[in-house]
Amino acid sequence: MRPLQLTIMMATVLLLSACQSDYDWHGKDISGLMPDLAFELTDEDGNSVTAEAYTDDVILMYFGFTYCPDICPTALAKLAAAVRKLPDAVQQRTRILFVSVDPDRDTPARLNEYTAAFDPRMIGLTGTQKQLQALTRRYRITYGYEQPNSDGNYNVSHSSAIFAFDRQQQVRLLQRDDLAVQQLYEDILQLSTL
Amino acid sequence: MADFFAFFIPWEFSWLVQIAIWGSLWLYWRGLKASTKRPGFGSRLAFIVGLLLIYLVTQTRFDYWSQYMFFVHRGQHLILHHMAPFLIALSMPAAVFAAGLPVTVKAWFRQRTLLRGWLLSIYAFLQHPAIACLLFVGLIYFWLTPSIHFDAMLNLRLYWLMNWSMALDGLLFWWLMLQRGQPGITPRLNYGLRILLLVAIMPPQIILGARLAFSKQVWFDVYAVCGRAWPLAPLTDQQLGGLLTWIPAAMMSVIAALVLLRFMLQASSHNLPINASKQATLP
Repeated sequence: MRPLQLTIMMATVLLLSACQSDYDWHGKDISGLMPDLAFELTDEDGNSVTAEAYTDDVILMYFGFTYCPDICPTALAKLAAAVRKLPDAVQQRTRILFVSVDPDRDTPARLNEYTAAFDPRMIGLTGTQKQLQALTRRYRITYGYEQPNSDGNYNVSHSSAIFAFDRQQQVRLLQRDDLAVQQLYEDILQLSTL
Repeated sequence: MADFFAFFIPWEFSWLVQIAIWGSLWLYWRGLKASTKRPGFGSRLAFIVGLLLIYLVTQTRFDYWSQYMFFVHRGQHLILHHMAPFLIALSMPAAVFAAGLPVTVKAWFRQRTLLRGWLLSIYAFLQHPAIACLLFVGLIYFWLTPSIHFDAMLNLRLYWLMNWSMALDGLLFWWLMLQRGQPGITPRLNYGLRILLLVAIMPPQIILGARLAFSKQVWFDVYAVCGRAWPLAPLTDQQLGGLLTWIPAAMMSVIAALVLLRFMLQASSHNLPINASKQATLP
């Protein structure tokens, strides 16, 4: 076979394989765009925890704060509802990680209370500013605080997206918070088969 | 004080930007020492301020705010695409650079006739008046296409590509607009045509900026997805960004036109032909 023919053939094969998408996600496929899961944080019991603690689980990671008036509760409730629709066996292998970027107010005890209200599979995590900055920067997101008012209340800006990882802890999806429960459910179910 | 120093720590350190900025300054300094006909104080100042502005918006804390706040991002592009390249082009540093280049580099380049031919023809194409205007406005629209903007903000490589393309295109455009004096590689367009082009690029920028400023919908959800640098209502952020895209950006055309008028007056008072070049203006 002549080199030119060979090149054309190889290019065609490559193109075809590139076009053939295996899954039709509702979220945005970000595999390869961002690094795999890694963090060092504190869990609801006050223990230091790393990503390895959740190997073999599908992970849905969301950043927020417990005093969040509407965005966080809505997203977390939808996520919890989507997980509850999953078959039991899949539910057992799915974790919702709620990372609070407001460690001053969100103590492990408060996080425990907060996540329990949504779903038993939801785990509240937080950490030092350094730990939180390392994790948010890893996924090119950020957070920031408003000046506290006279009552000491303040608003916190944070990412509104859900980052979904497969069981190998490879980053797969970025799910915007406008996805419906059904769409979240379908994506998570598909993730669990990877 | 600590905050002041922290500002100067690059958020995303880039060797390419560091080398480009400090390398250009070094070359310029060498050129100043070597040249007999030095540019005036104003030109030197414009050149240095232009370069430092690019450094400040890409290699400091400012870059962090630009990534996580839409209106700061618009400010970053206003500097990268409009203001800094305007100042650099105004200073006409080409002759100084040429004087500053080491002899060996010049000799090497002189021998590469093929490479030079290629580069010159690409340059001539990019500096065609219609192409230059299309690129100038087109790039603003391109990177502000919501889906493209989303990916550029999420992916670091695309982000750098976006910022480099804006800075380089800004240099090309203002270089073409502000060239004067002896004919060189850059076409010396008729001053009237230049003012026409400067006016032509205004409406598309005004329309885009005004649409952003008056929109009741958030166009770019990437700032919500990634989180803002501090809590700010998304629509307020977009309105501020729209105003920056609209008013100061369009104002740069007016300022450039005034500068061109001054060049024309200077040329006529020195009894020089207004169009320095006899070679046609429009290719």
